[in-house]
Amino acid sequence: MDIKNEAIRPDHRIILEWIKPGATVLDLGCGSGDLLYLLIKEKEARGHGIDISNEEIYKCVAKGLNVLHGDIENGLADYKDQSFDYVILNQSMQQILHVDRVLQDALRVGKKVVVGFPNFTYYRSRLQILFRGKTPVNASLPYQWYETPNLHFLSILDFIDYCRTKNVAIEEKSFLGTAQRLQFFPNLFAQTGIFLISKAK
Amino acid sequence: MTTKPVIVQTQYFTFDELRLENGEKLGPVTIAFETYGQLDARKANAVLILHALTGDAHAAFHHEGEKAPGWWDSMIGEGKAFDTNKYFVICSNVLGGCKGSTGPSSINPKTGKPYALDFPLITINDMVHCQKKLIDHLGIEQLLTVVGGSMGGQQALSWLVNYPKSIRSAIPIATTARHSPQQIAFNEAGRLAIMADPLWNSGHYYEGKPPDKGLAVARMVGHITYMSDVSMAEKFGRQKKWPSMGEKFTADFEVEGYLRYRGDNFVKRFDANSYLYITKAMDHFDGFAGKSVQDAFGHVVAKVLVIAFKSDWLYPAYQSKEIVKACKIAGLETSYCEVDSTYGHDAFLLEIEEETHLIQHFLKKILHDCEVSNGHKK
Repeated sequence: MDIKNEAIRPDHRIILEWIKPGATVLDLGCGSGDLLYLLIKEKEARGHGIDISNEEIYKCVAKGLNVLHGDIENGLADYKDQSFDYVILNQSMQQILHVDRVLQDALRVGKKVVVGFPNFTYYRSRLQILFRGKTPVNASLPYQWYETPNLHFLSILDFIDYCRTKNVAIEEKSFLGTAQRLQFFPNLFAQTGIFLISKAK
Repeated sequence: MTTKPVIVQTQYFTFDELRLENGEKLGPVTIAFETYGQLDARKANAVLILHALTGDAHAAFHHEGEKAPGWWDSMIGEGKAFDTNKYFVICSNVLGGCKGSTGPSSINPKTGKPYALDFPLITINDMVHCQKKLIDHLGIEQLLTVVGGSMGGQQALSWLVNYPKSIRSAIPIATTARHSPQQIAFNEAGRLAIMADPLWNSGHYYEGKPPDKGLAVARMVGHITYMSDVSMAEKFGRQKKWPSMGEKFTADFEVEGYLRYRGDNFVKRFDANSYLYITKAMDHFDGFAGKSVQDAFGHVVAKVLVIAFKSDWLYPAYQSKEIVKACKIAGLETSYCEVDSTYGHDAFLLEIEEETHLIQHFLKKILHDCEVSNGHKK
């Protein structure tokens, strides 16, 4: 598989820019391993993925990745402090039951943490609630209420508040609209927020 | 598609003496082994297969005149997980076994009679030390991988701890670093069944009739633990051999008949004393070498692929996760998969498609990294 010939997902492209060459990474909820594969190929990163699905594990192994089958909630406890340069939670944080505990543990295990999540207050979601009176279903929240794996619904502002409250430093942030990056009013126009955070000194 | 079966012969390697873990000396020691495929010029493509409790060196292909192939033939051969076009595959019978390697049924050179209980207590590590001697004898400095299920997995862990520099990777399957009391208990039930058979005669039965009844019951206990509730229900249900109750205490249900049949077959190919010695070795094995999980794998550089099976209640997945945890702490490159299966512990011999996928790709990466590090390929 040659990455160069394939379209790199916009969120993966952002994360790729942040990760320093040769870094060690732990990708929590790595799915089929596309991001991890990209980081190894492009940044000579080393590391592991963790995922709960058998099918995704098989795909990761086929890509030659190191991957551990299990759930994220219990996946971090075994690692020593600062075992990785980066712990990545891309589109997986909102599906974890105990988010605060996992985030704090990720900040312990990783020197830096990448978090990417769907922005619940994207304007289309707001309009769907306001005018249709229904739980939003759109590109960033593609599931019906009865089949969504998402346990938490948060906005970009919510996450920024969380970081302030918990004394977490935001080192980088990037916002995605339908495909392009956004500068203005991300809480309204972004479908996805991606943050690079660390423990505040 | 029918292809002509590939014929293989068991070979034998004998060395003078082995200093056992308990301090005793044993010798001479013979190790039975088989090989499949070709060793490449750099001797870098060797894979060591490690068998389980009642396995043997005959892992693949056919012996002359035999209908059934070796016990892991579904995994070893052209185009299979251990592709014999790519890899040089070795499998040896464990020390203490009864299929060609030195064990309690072998002749004690001091007496000219079978050792019986004069055979010393052996350990999983002792078995692995013998395998290391065999590998040295074959001129192989570093194995591409060591792989095995159940007791084979215990040996893979022993390789990791005892010979970390001699292996590039290890694949422990459906195994544990330490037997739980439940696992010890089942083994003890088997051992007591053998020892309760009057024909066992404190191990001295080689000149008379062997304790077949006891050994068959031991195998029966084992077989029950190798299957799962679901796999038994699927295989037998409550199917009866005849509609009424039948004679008193005959094998009325299919499952009873099956267990009796398997037990009776087993005694034809296995030695009761070997069963005692090997199960004891399994029970006493400590894959972390008495150290904390933190320290156990300190010197290991090999990559590890750990495989467990969902319905395996004899070697439950939590035990594999313990191994993964040790690998994580030691910072090893590790992959872990809990394969969805209803076969119970037997799954490691039956879930061929999943195992093949995982192992094939894992080994491909190991071989690739090996070639890159040797500067043969970029």
